Amino acid sequence: MKRYQGLCEIGLTINGRARRVTLRPADTLLRTLRDTLGLVGTKMGCENGDCGACTVLLDGLPVKSCITLTLDAEGREVTTIEGLRDSVIQQAFVEAYGFQCGFCTPGVILNAYALLNHDNNPSAETMRSWMESNLCRCTGYEPIENAIKLAASKLR
Amino acid sequence: MKSQIGRSVLRKDAPDKVHGRVRYTDDLRLPGMLYAALLTSTVAHANITQIDIEAALELQGVQGVFTGKDFPLLVGLYLGDKPALARNKVRYYGEPVAAVVADDERTALEAVRLISVHYEELPLIRSPREALQQDAPLIHPDMADYVHIPAILPEPGSNVGHRTRVRKGDAAAAFAQADVTIEGQYEFPPGDHVAMEPRVAIAEIRSDGQVIIRSSTQSPYGVRAIMSRCLKIPTGKITVIAGPVGGGFGGKAGIQLEPLAYLLSRSLGGQPVRLANTREQDMVTSPGAPGLQSRVRLAARSDGAITAAEIEFLFDSGGYADYAVNVARAAGYACTGPYNIPNVSSDSLSVYTNHPFATAYRGFGHIEMSYCIERSIDLLAEKLQMDPVELRARNVIRAGHATPTNDVLDDNTGDLETCLRRAAAAIEWHKGSRRQINEHTVRAKGVSCYWKAPAIPTFTDAAATVSFNEDASVNVVTGAVEIGQGIFTGIAQLAAERLGIDTEQVHVVDEVITDRSPHDWTTAASRTLFMVGRAVLSAIDDAVAQIKRTAAAPLRCPEEDLEVRGGRVYIRDVPAHGLALEQVVLGYTYPNGNAIGGPIIGRGKYIARHLSGIDPKTGEGRPGLEWTLGAEGVEVEVDLRDGRYRVLRSACSMDVGTVINPQLARGQVVGAMAMGIGYTTREAFMFDSRERVLNQRLRDFKILRYGEHPEYIVDFVETPQRDGPYNARGLGEQGIVGMPGALASAFSRAVGVQLLRLPITPEYLWRQTHSAGGRSAG
Ligand code: FES
Ligand code: FES
Repeated sequence: MKRYQGLCEIGLTINGRARRVTLRPADTLLRTLRDTLGLVGTKMGCENGDCGACTVLLDGLPVKSCITLTLDAEGREVTTIEGLRDSVIQQAFVEAYGFQCGFCTPGVILNAYALLNHDNNPSAETMRSWMESNLCRCTGYEPIENAIKLAASKLR
Repeated sequence: MKSQIGRSVLRKDAPDKVHGRVRYTDDLRLPGMLYAALLTSTVAHANITQIDIEAALELQGVQGVFTGKDFPLLVGLYLGDKPALARNKVRYYGEPVAAVVADDERTALEAVRLISVHYEELPLIRSPREALQQDAPLIHPDMADYVHIPAILPEPGSNVGHRTRVRKGDAAAAFAQADVTIEGQYEFPPGDHVAMEPRVAIAEIRSDGQVIIRSSTQSPYGVRAIMSRCLKIPTGKITVIAGPVGGGFGGKAGIQLEPLAYLLSRSLGGQPVRLANTREQDMVTSPGAPGLQSRVRLAARSDGAITAAEIEFLFDSGGYADYAVNVARAAGYACTGPYNIPNVSSDSLSVYTNHPFATAYRGFGHIEMSYCIERSIDLLAEKLQMDPVELRARNVIRAGHATPTNDVLDDNTGDLETCLRRAAAAIEWHKGSRRQINEHTVRAKGVSCYWKAPAIPTFTDAAATVSFNEDASVNVVTGAVEIGQGIFTGIAQLAAERLGIDTEQVHVVDEVITDRSPHDWTTAASRTLFMVGRAVLSAIDDAVAQIKRTAAAPLRCPEEDLEVRGGRVYIRDVPAHGLALEQVVLGYTYPNGNAIGGPIIGRGKYIARHLSGIDPKTGEGRPGLEWTLGAEGVEVEVDLRDGRYRVLRSACSMDVGTVINPQLARGQVVGAMAMGIGYTTREAFMFDSRERVLNQRLRDFKILRYGEHPEYIVDFVETPQRDGPYNARGLGEQGIVGMPGALASAFSRAVGVQLLRLPITPEYLWRQTHSAGGRSAG
């Protein structure tokens, strides 16, 4: 097992690009993304693993970056909201009014994107088990549900 | 050109929001920015006997450590009762006691842990009723010295921050003659907004003394005014910058972190200082939703006509007054709900306790009021053995009726009975309000009516400017803040409609800068589309008049003969004879090079009409600009064995005057209903025996999650609000107001016990079901 101490420099793959960062072993991926790399599309809502605003994808699966060590992302593909461009799911969120203030939206979209990659015809139960990790205070969830269904129908 | 009104135009901020490109205040990184962190109190009421900061000061990277002693001043929205950092005394669990400023956030947080504070605990006040007892300790013994605005009436020598009295008709006489009377006592603890974006403010002071505040605020002009008043800075020397906000719900109105951020920056030579809440601080250190204890008595004739109401609302404002004093005032003047009750005696108080302090919360006094009134009407229906929908229909307020403050409603008043019938129909009320599904599962329904008027100063204003680009597209600048409601899209639709162009051609500047954007009271109270909308329309009209003036000469006709529509200015009766706006909006140039006119800038403004203060003894006056009326209906399914439940359907019918953008309007109502479900079923602070909050994290302070949402049914009635923009009235908050009443009604029907408290958790339901008087399971 690799040991890290003090400041260390590691390589990360973020949105398909190689990045080098200097960090402390205790740094979370959320802090590295926002504070070191300026990728502020990833949001801080609680820094406690409770809200999902900080959701990013690690090798295509959603994780809460506020409770993920940056070191654990070494050698894996990190996808942030900046890595999705005009994707089907994003367009669906536009058309279905799937957000209001937009603060939860990057995390919600990344989670939904991963969900649809995993299953493009998800049952209500599957959608729930994926999406209940992302809190949204504005929308009442109906528009989010509609956006995911819309995207799923386009992807099928 | 198709009309832009009533169309679901896509949101202007959609591309940035779905790509994570919106820049919220917390996303800004300024050169030289320092980071602040707060130490908050671990006790709810205590004298501070000692604070040791040496160890924190010695930590490398720490630029300064500050305590209440450093900032001897009081700040307050209406009532100046709050130090920037606690001085000598803390009044609630979570109150800021010391602040560290450091080179980075981690160091600041580390330094906070090195500060030690010694407290000498004081007797606690746990509820408004306790606070009103004769021998209750005084939370603010110096109340008499506090500065306050005239509309707020503190009662020094007590714990009462404000009292609104309403006396209409003769309630005592009406009770004496009543066929039936009921009484209900209701209560619920304080809670929180839980906007997904925690509050943040960044302050800096330029070398010329200009104070720059960047803040996640609904109220940039309010921040400027209050900072000026409390910190003695001329308004012109303060610039507040408000970009998009990650959810407000009232919690980012008024004044928040800005004064402390400014004081910290001032102590460090004006360097930018960022003060950001952790989630935990956002929930308890910054203000939340007020709690309430109340008592409502109703008198009625046997035919169901309600003749009198006697009401007492005791709002739990927590340790400081903030907006709670005005929340109590709003609940006071709206105290009967949307019912025509000729005799009213009501006292609505804002009372200090040792709870986290309270501010504006979506619904602003009306949600709390509505719960108590709707529950009381259900108690009355039970006693009269009348159908709750019919009892409500019998008493709905209409044009020509007088509100509790004796303000007679005009023809712009919405049609509440239609809303009520439609909401009831949406949940199929006529098919029965309680149904046993199987041995232990019951489905039950509930309905409620609601109303809300903005609780605003009598002089609440809005303004807009309109300018043009070379391509004749339009720039609109207002003081409105985007907090999720989609205001810029609504504004663009209004402007586009007036000019007969496409919404795409209208650019709305999405950042408010107080010395560049025209004045606006606050983005709150569901008044933005109404008032800012009016200002935008008047700015367009002003620009149109100028366009005609410039075009009259080259078109060789009187200005009155001209029409501006669809990107052209033309002679009304010879439409082919005209000019493209591109040729006019920056000035017209003749073929020989001579030019006239110059860039056109339209100015528009609006100020609330005919509002007055209310009489301190009787409440008489006109505090409400426009009342939005509506009704809600819900269906729940309860498992009587353990009290678990689901909300199956939630319907809202609201009279909004005109629907400007159906999808945005629906979004506001659905979001508000969802918040109302959370408010009713789970959102409340829990306290230990020393009034410390036990659930200040989202792990144990639950809000509605994906999958728990019901089927939403939204329906709009359109009785024109003729002084609103294209006859529209406010709708941002109203959808939450009736939810506690409707849900409590349904749950009560399910378990066969009248539920008088919130939140209605499964455990509470279970206890009620298994207590004496409850329907036993099965
Ligand atoms: S910020 Fe990571 S879960 Fe809330
Ligand atoms: S859109 Fe505001 S929290 Fe989801």
